[in-house]
Amino acid sequence: MKGAAVLFDVPGPKARRLSLVLSVVVGLLILTGLGWLIATLAAPRPASGGLALPGMFDESRWDIFFGDPEIWGYIFGVGVANTLRAAAAAAVLALILGVLFSLLRTAKAGWIRIPTAIVLEFVRGMPVLLMMFFILLGFATGSYLAVVIALGLYNGALIGEALRAGLVSLPRGQREAALSLGMRELQSRAFIEFPQAFRQMLPIIVAQLIVLLKDTSLGYIVGYPELIRVTMNQLGSFYGNRYLFSFFIVTLVIYLAMNLLLSWFARWVARRGDSGRRGGRAAKPEETDPGLAVLKASAEARQVPQIHQ
Amino acid sequence: MPVDAVFGNLDRYVESFGVTLLLLLVSGAAALVLGSIIAVMRISPIGSLRVFGTVYTEIVRNTPLALVLFFCAYVLPILGVRMGYIYFAFIGLSVYTSPFVAEALRSGINGVPIGQAEAARSLGLGFRQSVGSIILPQAFRMVIPPLINVFIALTKNTSVASGFFVFELVALGKELANAHGNAVIPVLLGVAVFYLVITVPLGIVASRLERRWVVTR
Amino acid sequence: MINKKLSLVAIAGATLLALSACAGGGGGDAGTTAPVEESPEFEAGTTMAELAEAGSITIGTKFDQPLFGLVGPSGEPEGFDVEIGKIIAGKLGIAPENIEWKETVSANREPFIQNGEVDIVIATYTINDERKEVVSFAGPYYMAGQSILVLADNDDITNEDDLVGQPVCSVTGSTPAAKLAEIGAVPMLTDTYSNCLEPLRSGAVVAVSTDNVILAGLAAQNEGEFKVVGEPFTQEPYGIGLAHDDTDFRMWINDVLEESYEDGSYEQAWNDTAGEILPFVEPPAVDRY
Repeated sequence: MKGAAVLFDVPGPKARRLSLVLSVVVGLLILTGLGWLIATLAAPRPASGGLALPGMFDESRWDIFFGDPEIWGYIFGVGVANTLRAAAAAAVLALILGVLFSLLRTAKAGWIRIPTAIVLEFVRGMPVLLMMFFILLGFATGSYLAVVIALGLYNGALIGEALRAGLVSLPRGQREAALSLGMRELQSRAFIEFPQAFRQMLPIIVAQLIVLLKDTSLGYIVGYPELIRVTMNQLGSFYGNRYLFSFFIVTLVIYLAMNLLLSWFARWVARRGDSGRRGGRAAKPEETDPGLAVLKASAEARQVPQIHQ
Repeated sequence: MPVDAVFGNLDRYVESFGVTLLLLLVSGAAALVLGSIIAVMRISPIGSLRVFGTVYTEIVRNTPLALVLFFCAYVLPILGVRMGYIYFAFIGLSVYTSPFVAEALRSGINGVPIGQAEAARSLGLGFRQSVGSIILPQAFRMVIPPLINVFIALTKNTSVASGFFVFELVALGKELANAHGNAVIPVLLGVAVFYLVITVPLGIVASRLERRWVVTR
Repeated sequence: MINKKLSLVAIAGATLLALSACAGGGGGDAGTTAPVEESPEFEAGTTMAELAEAGSITIGTKFDQPLFGLVGPSGEPEGFDVEIGKIIAGKLGIAPENIEWKETVSANREPFIQNGEVDIVIATYTINDERKEVVSFAGPYYMAGQSILVLADNDDITNEDDLVGQPVCSVTGSTPAAKLAEIGAVPMLTDTYSNCLEPLRSGAVVAVSTDNVILAGLAAQNEGEFKVVGEPFTQEPYGIGLAHDDTDFRMWINDVLEESYEDGSYEQAWNDTAGEILPFVEPPAVDRY
C-alpha cells in the first residue's frame, strides 16, 4: 500500500529499538548463512580414485582466467557479442511486429482481427524455447535466425498487446479531433494515436526488451553461441569439468551486470519521459509487469466513456 | 506417415505433459508462498529483511532461468542437498517465479486506494481488521489476473528444465525429433499443442476475470 | 596421372614463389598436416567442382565433444572430426583457414544438410538406416561403440547388464540415450556430456553412457577420477553426412577417405588429436551403397 504507514500507529521509541535489534539479529543470521555457503563451497571434497577435489574457489579452478587472456576475448567477443547482437535484432523485429500486430488487432474488419487474435494466442502460449527449436528444425534456418525470429515474434506479440492497450486507453477526443481535421483512419492512427500510445507504454516496452535480453540465453537449445553456451558448454567442455563452477560464476556476474545496467537505463528513460508530462496518464515506472500494466490501461480505458461523457 | 510419429507416441506425450503439469502446479504453489514472504519482507519494518528482500529480488529477476536451474541442479548437491532432480527443478522454478509473484501481489495491494485504509482507521479499526476486512478482499480481486499471467509464464518456463535431468514435453520433443528426422514439424506441433492446452484456457480465464473484476477509480 | 602430377608440381612451384611474398609463418595450427591440393580438377557440375571453384566449404561439426570436435578460445574447432574435414577440404584445394565451421547439435544435422546450410557434416554422426532416408553417408571413417563411464573405485558395474534399473546419464535426444532406455536403464538427460560428471560424483547417477571415445576424452580430462568399463556394446559407425542424392560427391569422399587410409594422413590426424588418449585402430572399410 502506498502509505502503508496509515495502517500502523507511529512507532514509539520502544518499538523502534525492538525493530533495530531484530534488524541486527536477522542481519547476522543472513551473513552467517552466506558465510556457511561460501565455506562449504570452498572446502575440498573427496572424490573416487583416492583423489581430493579442490574447493570451488581454489586457484586451480580459476587459473585459466588469469593465465589465458584469450579466454576473455572469446567470452566477450563471441558470447556477449552474440547475445547482444541477437537481442538487438530481435528487439527491432519485436517493435516492428508489435506495431503491426496492434494495427491488425484493432482493425475494423473482422476477417483481419480474428485470425490475428488466434495467431497471437498461439504465439503467446508457446514456450520461446520450443518456438526457436521449431523454427530451426521446421524451416531449417541457421541458429541465429531461429533465435531472432522466435524472440521477435514472441515479444512482438506482447508489445503488440501493450500498444493495443495504449491505443484503447487514449482519450477518444484525440481520434475524433484527428478525423474532424480530415485525416483518414490510417493517418490518424499513424500520426496521432500511435505516438501517444508508444510514449505511454514505453516503460513496459523497455521492460519487455530486458526480458528479451534474458531470453536470448534460451538460444543454447538451438546451438546459438550466446554467452551461456559459449562459457558453460563450449569452454566448459574444452577446459574440462573442473572449471564448470568458475564459468558459472563468471556468466552469472556478466548477466547480472548487463541486465542491471539495462534496468537502470530503462528506469532513467521512464523518469525522463514522465518529467515532462502531467501525472496520471503515463504508466508508472514501478509497473514493470507488462501484463498488469496492460490490464490497468485497459481498465482505465473502460472507465473513459463514463468520465469523459 | 510422418504424423505417426506423433500419434504412435501419444502415451509418451501424455506422460511428459503430466510432468510439465506437475512442475507447474508444485512450483506455482511454492512460488506463491515464497512470493508472499518476499512481498512481506519488502515492506517489513525490520531493515535487514527489507534489504534482503530487495537484493534477492534484484538478483533473481536479472538472472536467466537457465542459470538459476544450474545453481539448483549442480551447486546445491555440492552443498550437501541430496534429492531427485525434479525437486531441484521445483526449487529453481519457484525461486525464479517468486519475485514476479511478489510484484503482482504488491501491485494488487497498491491498487487499493489509500482512502479505504484511511476510512477504516478513522472508524477505529485496528491493523488486523483494516487489512483483513477492508484491504485484502479488494486487493485479492486485483491480484488474480496478473497472477494468472505469472502462471502462464511459469508453464512456459518449465521447458527450460529439459536441460536439467527432467524429462518433460520439450525433452520428449527433442528425442522424437532426433529419432524421426522426417517428422520434425508434426512432433513439435504436438508438443506445442500440449502447452497451449494449459496456456490458452488460462489466458481466457485471465481476460474474463479482468473484465469483471478490475476496476480503477 | 603422371601429367597431372607434373603440372601440379609446376603450379605448386609458381604459387609458392608468389605466396612467399605475403604468407606469414603458416602451419601454426595444432595438428594441421593435411596437405592442400593446389588446383584440383573435377568434372563440371559436380559438388566438388563447385566447392573447389568457390574456394570455401562449410562443414558442420560438434563444438563440445572431447577429442573429436571441441572449440577453444581461439574460436577454431579442434579434434579428429575436424582433421578429417581438413583432409577432405585439402583435396578440394581449400585451405583450413577457408573452412567455415558450423556447430551442428544432434537435432539439426539433417535439416542443415537438407537446406544446404552446411555442405557436409562430420560430427560423431552415427550411420543408421532411418537417417539414410533423409541424408546420405560417406564412410564410415571410424567405428565407435557405446560404453560406460563410472567412478574409479566403482567395481559394481562391469557391463551394460549392470545398468538395468539404474539411473545413467546421457544427452537428450542422442542415440546412446535411446539405447539406454531400450536396455532398461533409467536415462537422466542433459545438454552436454561434461554436465554428466557432477551427478556421477554426487551419486545421482551411477554411470555415464555414450560412445567410448567421448567417454575416454572425459576420463582423460579428469585424471584418475573416472574409468571406462566393459566392452562397447553397440556399433556406432561414424559417417560423413551429405545431401541425399549427391552420389558423385559421396563416392568422391569415399575415395578421399580410402586414400587417407593408405597414405598415412588418417593415422596422422588420429595421432594429433584423439591419439593422445586412445590407441590407433585400423579404420573400417567404407561402405559404398
